Amino acid sequence: MTQQNTPPVVEMTGISVEFPPVKALDGVDFSLRPGEIHALMGENGAGKSTLIKALTGIHSPTAGTIRVDGVERRFSGPADARAHGVSTVYQEVNLCENLTVAENIMLGAEPRVLGGLNWRAIRRQAATHLERMGLDIDPGSSLGSHSLAVQQLVAICRATVGDCKVLILDEPTSSLDTDEVAHLFTVMRALRDDGVAILFVSHFLDQVYEVSDHMTVLRNGTLVGEYVTADLPASELVQHMIGRSMDVLEAAEEVLEQAERPADATPLLQVVGLGRKGSVQPFDLDLYEGEVVGLAGLLGSGRTELARLLTGADRADTGEARVAGRPTRLRNPRAAMRHRIAYTSEDRKGEGVVDGLTVRENIVLALQAERGWMRPLPRKQVDELVAKYIQQLGIRPADPEALLRNLSGGNQQKVLLARWLATAPKLLVLDEPTRGIDVGAKAEIQKLVAELAADGMSVVFISAELEEVLRISHRIAVLRDRRKVAEIDGNRASMDQVVELIAGGGAA
Amino acid sequence: MRDVLRHHLFWPVAALVALLVANTVARPSFLAVTVRDGHLFGAPIDILRTTAPLLLVALGMTLVIATRGIDLSVGAVVAVSGAVALSHIASSPNPDSPVTVLTAIALALVLCLLLGVWNGFLVSVLGIQPIIATLILMTAGRGVAMLITGGMITTVNSAPFKVLGSGFWLGLPVAAVIAFGVFAVVAFVVRRTALGMLLEATGINPAASRLSGVRSRTLTWTVYTASGLFAGLAGLLISADTMAADANNAGLFIELDAILAVVIGGTALSGGKFNLSGTLVGALVIATLERTVTVLGISPLVTPLFMALVVIAVTLLQSPRMRERLTAARRRQVMAPAEPPSTARPDSTPDSTEVKA
Repeated sequence: MTQQNTPPVVEMTGISVEFPPVKALDGVDFSLRPGEIHALMGENGAGKSTLIKALTGIHSPTAGTIRVDGVERRFSGPADARAHGVSTVYQEVNLCENLTVAENIMLGAEPRVLGGLNWRAIRRQAATHLERMGLDIDPGSSLGSHSLAVQQLVAICRATVGDCKVLILDEPTSSLDTDEVAHLFTVMRALRDDGVAILFVSHFLDQVYEVSDHMTVLRNGTLVGEYVTADLPASELVQHMIGRSMDVLEAAEEVLEQAERPADATPLLQVVGLGRKGSVQPFDLDLYEGEVVGLAGLLGSGRTELARLLTGADRADTGEARVAGRPTRLRNPRAAMRHRIAYTSEDRKGEGVVDGLTVRENIVLALQAERGWMRPLPRKQVDELVAKYIQQLGIRPADPEALLRNLSGGNQQKVLLARWLATAPKLLVLDEPTRGIDVGAKAEIQKLVAELAADGMSVVFISAELEEVLRISHRIAVLRDRRKVAEIDGNRASMDQVVELIAGGGAA
Repeated sequence: MRDVLRHHLFWPVAALVALLVANTVARPSFLAVTVRDGHLFGAPIDILRTTAPLLLVALGMTLVIATRGIDLSVGAVVAVSGAVALSHIASSPNPDSPVTVLTAIALALVLCLLLGVWNGFLVSVLGIQPIIATLILMTAGRGVAMLITGGMITTVNSAPFKVLGSGFWLGLPVAAVIAFGVFAVVAFVVRRTALGMLLEATGINPAASRLSGVRSRTLTWTVYTASGLFAGLAGLLISADTMAADANNAGLFIELDAILAVVIGGTALSGGKFNLSGTLVGALVIATLERTVTVLGISPLVTPLFMALVVIAVTLLQSPRMRERLTAARRRQVMAPAEPPSTARPDSTPDSTEVKA
């Protein structure tokens, strides 16, 4: 465990980073000691990533000093940082899918023989590293053939090659399921006990509490404080992070209570036996106005696949769909859009935002695409629309001309939501809208979902966080092994009941 | 001043100005434009005329590149266009009749449009990589042109057709009027409608665009079709200038010049954001460069080398990374004497000071 008296391996004092006119970090102090797991907490845009990037040399601080092992340093970039024992693993796996696992692990640190690569040693050393991580996979297999979770562990494995004193894990768990998270934590604890200092960034509070020894909280680019995890209750932590109390979180639930559907209502969208080979088994589902339907299930249980069939993102090869009682075919996203069905993908970066365009362009994209290129939206209408959503959803920075890639994850998600809200959907399918975003933004999105439903919109809500699904859904469809196995009343369901269904016991 | 330096057109325009200055120094009368027979004459006018075909080809190329694609077949399409038009005129009993010439133009443009449709089909429907898909027509197109001309260089006399290449309208070269006119219309349409934004969205993130309901396939198909059409028009201007259909050499390497014009203009080959005004300047830079070679009296032996050096210089100045290094180096020079070294520089590894000035 942490020894308070050991000198810190990383000591950052008075760090400021500016992207004029924005001050991303303002005189932040941070220190990291060997043999501790230190969580860096804060909302989106609080400066967590900036602090990490200042440390690894991606951003150059305008003020402050960084000491690693007592020596003042300014790294020229991640490679330089790594050479001095500071390795980083990012949220998105930055590896080469087309190379083998072994090649990925040893990339840049390959053992050599006679000027060439020593392939046998590469395999052997990679295998040793994998074993240390408790990963039982073939080093010779190609990385792309493994799940995202395994790729993530391989990325961590790669980071620990060589003399790794500091390991930075930026949102390593956002795409992992419970077992995989547990595995990762075992690995993290083992590394900590070997004396590695681990900097851990996660939006999952329970995970932070489970694994970290200390935490440092940032808000709006300034330091709030450093705490011993065991001494800081979660409610206080959240208050430190968002600077206000938990009331917002509760608000979502209150809005939800009111909804009550008439018994003879026609479903907005009714699907019967909808399915796709190799994707999800045929399922039935009725979606009503003013109702939030949650989809619960493990990663890979078919949640996303089901959503994609509902919204025309993938084409179903069996079954039929009725919109307001009329048979229809949801052949592609455009066909679904004509029925006012909107879908935000779980893959925000790959399938959601267009990061090279501005906030304004991203918000009007779907609306404009629907009108066709020949009928541009009048500029005045665009400006009003964009201003409205920036204000309503609290998009930061509130600049319509900001490039989307410069926004934090939570704000990108809000822009994505705004894009679809602008099309005035009747059915909104949200796939992991709260993944990788902070508590405050998460609460805002949950509240928004509840309000939209109260205004008569039908919402399908997918999340890996069961608690969240339970909190905001009227009804919950449970999936297991690519099949819909149950449908339960969201207001009466308990966590245990859903977990049991997901796990395969219980009623189904 | 800072805004001017940062403007995306700064470096291309600076290169153009530098070339014009070099020419004027070598030949003080370079920029002089005189009126002769009611027409404008002079090197700048010549440059406008020689830019015309390249501008048309580069226009189509910019749109294609915006969708993450590339069109290597434009040179071959230029050859096909010229071959069709001139062969039709040559085989007609009355080569000077406007009807013959208009039919020839229509035939050539329709065929080139279809060639563009073919490219677009391969890329957008069959999903073949653009470089491969258009490579097919790049080689096959010259074969088609060869078949049309029967392997001969067909020379023709037709006054109405010749106007396209060397005629004047309101004192300006007809070719330039056509090319700049088409360019202006397309640029207007692209930016005034939503076409530009949807093309950029498709180029930056095709998957997200599809899910947002953008008709990416239709858009992609359209830009290849447009590229074929513009190349066809360029082919007409080129063949009307020489009045000879040369299947092997008409439009040779124009695809490379066009790509270069696009890159000099600041549109990245990786697709997405594009910049038509940049392409316009890029095309002018290349045409001026060709002119510079003659004005400076550079030996034909070193011409390709000279052009390569200028192009390298322009693209380096364009590259954001290169510019970052230059400004960093400059800032270091400025700052170094002002600060005492002990506080200014943390005593770390030498490579960390290099970038972190």
